[in-house]
Amino acid sequence: MSTSTAVIDSRTPSRNVFRTCQSTGRQIHIGAEWLVKAHAVASVVALLIGAIAAVLIVLTRWQAVHLLPADWFYRVLGVHGMSMLIFFIIFFEIAVLHFTSTALINARGCAPKTSWLGFALMTIGAVMVETMMWAGKADVLFTSYVPLRADPNFYLGVILFAVGALIGVSIFFVNLVVARREQRYEGSLPLVVYGAVTAAIIAVITLLHGAAIYIPTYLWSLGVMKVDPEIYRVVWWGLGHSSQQINVAAMVAIWYMLGALTIGSVVVNEKISRSAFVLYILFISMASAHHLLVDPGMGPAWKIVNTSYFMYMAVLASMIHGFTVPAGMELGMRLRGYTNGMFEWLRRAPWHDPGFSALIFSVFVFGFVGGITGVTIGTEQINIIVHNTLRVPGHFHATVVSGTAMAFMGATYYLIPLVFQKKVAFWKAAQIQPYLFAGGMLIFTLSMTFAGSFGVPRRHWDISFSTAAFDMQFSPIVDVLLAFVALGGLLAATGAFVFVAIAVKSVFLGEPIGQIPRGVAVAGIPAGLTHPPVHAADVDERNAALHADSRGLMGPMPGTVVLVFVFLAAFVVYFFVNWKVLSFVWKIG
Amino acid sequence: MHLDTHTGLDSPKGVWWKPAHKSEKLWVVIAFAWCMVLFAMMPLWHWKGGQNPSGIRRHTTPIAYGQRLGEFIAQYQTGQDRGIPIVSPPPGADVYLAAAQFQWLPILRLQKGVEYTLHLSALDVNHGFSLYPINVNFQVVPGYDYGLRVTPNAAGDFRILCNEFCGIGHHMMVGRVIVDDVPAVAATGVNP
Repeated sequence: MSTSTAVIDSRTPSRNVFRTCQSTGRQIHIGAEWLVKAHAVASVVALLIGAIAAVLIVLTRWQAVHLLPADWFYRVLGVHGMSMLIFFIIFFEIAVLHFTSTALINARGCAPKTSWLGFALMTIGAVMVETMMWAGKADVLFTSYVPLRADPNFYLGVILFAVGALIGVSIFFVNLVVARREQRYEGSLPLVVYGAVTAAIIAVITLLHGAAIYIPTYLWSLGVMKVDPEIYRVVWWGLGHSSQQINVAAMVAIWYMLGALTIGSVVVNEKISRSAFVLYILFISMASAHHLLVDPGMGPAWKIVNTSYFMYMAVLASMIHGFTVPAGMELGMRLRGYTNGMFEWLRRAPWHDPGFSALIFSVFVFGFVGGITGVTIGTEQINIIVHNTLRVPGHFHATVVSGTAMAFMGATYYLIPLVFQKKVAFWKAAQIQPYLFAGGMLIFTLSMTFAGSFGVPRRHWDISFSTAAFDMQFSPIVDVLLAFVALGGLLAATGAFVFVAIAVKSVFLGEPIGQIPRGVAVAGIPAGLTHPPVHAADVDERNAALHADSRGLMGPMPGTVVLVFVFLAAFVVYFFVNWKVLSFVWKIG
Repeated sequence: MHLDTHTGLDSPKGVWWKPAHKSEKLWVVIAFAWCMVLFAMMPLWHWKGGQNPSGIRRHTTPIAYGQRLGEFIAQYQTGQDRGIPIVSPPPGADVYLAAAQFQWLPILRLQKGVEYTLHLSALDVNHGFSLYPINVNFQVVPGYDYGLRVTPNAAGDFRILCNEFCGIGHHMMVGRVIVDDVPAVAATGVNP
C-alpha cells in the first residue's frame, strides 16, 4: 500500500453507510461487510463439519484402528467431500468476492436484498445436502456418479446451493460495474481484484456445468428422464474440476494480497501477472479430462488436447505465478532494505506472523507437491498407473488443502482485525497454527502419494480385504504409510480445529481492536498491521537501481530465480521417473 | 523504468503494459518450452511407447454385454473357483470381463507374452478395474465396452480390485487373473 491513496467519495448515498478503515484508509461499506462476515462464518461451520469427518476417515483407513463400520465410512467420506470442497470453499470464495469488489476499491455492495437471498439459498441448499447425507439417503460420495442413486432432495440441495452461489458471483460483477461508473477508484482494478474477477468468471463456467448436470440428474432421480453414465462423468467434472480452478485463481489472488499486507510485496510486472490470469480463464475448464483419461467414452485426441489444457497453457499460467508471487515478495523486501545475499529477504521475513507463514507454506506446498504431482498424474498414459489410487487424493490435498485452505486461513488472520475489527484470539496458538496445519498436510499428502504408488485404492473401507472372495495382501510398507497418513491427517485436523476455535472466539467473543498501535507488537494483531510494510518515499529510485543492467540476468530477484530452477528440476525428475515406472507394466494399447 | 512501484492491492495508474525484466521473460520462455515437452510426450508415447489407454471403444448395454459374457464363458470355461468360472481363452482372443456389485466375472487364465483384447464393462454402476500388484487402472462404465489390447509380461496369480466406489459392498469386490508361463491348458483340450 506504499503508494495508494484512498478515494474518498463525497457523493455517498445516505442509505450506504461507509466507515474509514483505520489501517488502510480505505472506505469500507458496512452493508457489504456484513455479507463478508455471514459467508465467512458459514464457511467456518462447514470447515468444522468437514474436519470432524476427516478425523473419522483417517482413523478408519488406518487399518490398525479401523474405527467406522463400512456404511458409515462411505457416508462420512461423502460428507467430508461436500463440506470441504463445496461448502467451506465456496462460502469463503463468495466472502472473498464481496470483500474484493467493495473494500479494496472503496465501493459499495449493490442489491443487498438479492445478495442476502443468494446467501439464504446457499445455506438452505447446504443444510439439505448435509441432512440427506447424514441420514444415509445419499451414500453416493462427492461425485454421485449416475446410476448410483441418492434421494432427490440431495440433488435439489446442490442445485439451490449453486443458484445461491451464482447470485453471489453476479453481485460481484454488478459491484464492479457500479464502482467503475461511480468512479470509486482511479486507474485499473488492483491485481488482487483482477484475480478475483478471474475466479468469478471461472465460477460462472463451473456453476453452469453444475446446472447442466444436476438438473438432469435431479429429474432422473424423480424418474422423469435418463442420464448416460459417461456423459454424466464428462459434464460433472466440468463442475468438479473447474470448481478447483476457482480455488486456484482465488488462492493466487490471496497470495498477492497476503504478500502486500505482510511484507509489502510489489507487483513486479502487471502485464505478466494479468496475462497469466487470462490464460486460466481461457484454458482451465478443459481439466475435466483429468478424471476421464482411462475412460471408455473418449479417444486419445480428445484426451490429449483436454488434459493438457490445450498444450498446458494453464500450467504455464501457474508456473508464471510461481515466479511472480515469490519475485514480488523478494522485491518488496529488498525495496525495504533486506538486500543482503540471495535469501535475506526470506530469512528476515515475519515468520511469526500467521498471515505470512500461511502464505509461504501455501505457495511452497501447492507448487512443489500439488502442482508437480497434478500435472504428472494428469498425463494421459501416466494416469494408467494412478487413476483412483491414493495418489489422487494425495495430489489434491496438496493443492486444495495445503494450498487453498491454508491461504484462506492466512487471509482470515487479517480479515478478523480488518473486517470484524476484533483481535485474533488465542494468539500464541494462531502463530503456530500454520506450521501445524501445513506440516500435518505435508506428511499426509506425501504418505498418501507413496501408498498410492503401490496401487492402494482411494475411497476404500478395508484394504486388508478380510471379507473379499479372494485373499489380497499389500506390501507391509503400505501399513506403515497409512499410519503416517493418519498421523499427518490428525495433525492437520488439529490445526483445522485450532483455526475454527480461533475464528469463532475472535468473531463472537473477541476483544474489539480499538486503535491499532504502530510500531508495538500486540498479541492478537498481525505484524503486518502493527508494523505496516511501508516502502520509503524513494521506492521508485531504489526499484530502478535494483533493475539496473549491472545486476545482470538475475536482476532484482536472484533468490526467486534460484528457487524456480530448483522447482523445475524437481518437476523434470518426477515427470520422467513416472514414465519410466509406466514402461514396466503390461503392454496396453 | 519501473516508476509506479505498487502492491497488488493498489490500482495501477495509466498504462501498465510495460516491458518485463529479462529474468522474468527468461522464465516464461523456459516454462513455455517445458509445457511443450509435457505436451509432446503424450503423442510420442502413442507412437513409441507400450502403454496407451486407446483401446476399442463401443456403446453396449448391460444386457447385451451380459449375453456376450455368457457366450464367452460357455465357450472357454476350464474350471471354477469358489463358484466363479475360470476361463482360458486362446491367444489373441477377445476376452470379456464384467464388473457387477460386488464381483468380477469370470476368472481369467491367460498366457504370458500373448496379446489379448480385454473387454471391460459394468452391468450396473461405475466400477474401477485395478490390477494388483502391477497397478494398472481403468474406469469401467455401464453401457460402454472398453476393449484394450493387453500383453501380460510376467506369469503370476493376479488380483483385480474395484477402485471406484460402487456401493456399500465395494471393498469386498476382488477378482482374479492367472497368467501362465507356458501354454498350461493342453490337458483341458480347449487350446487350439
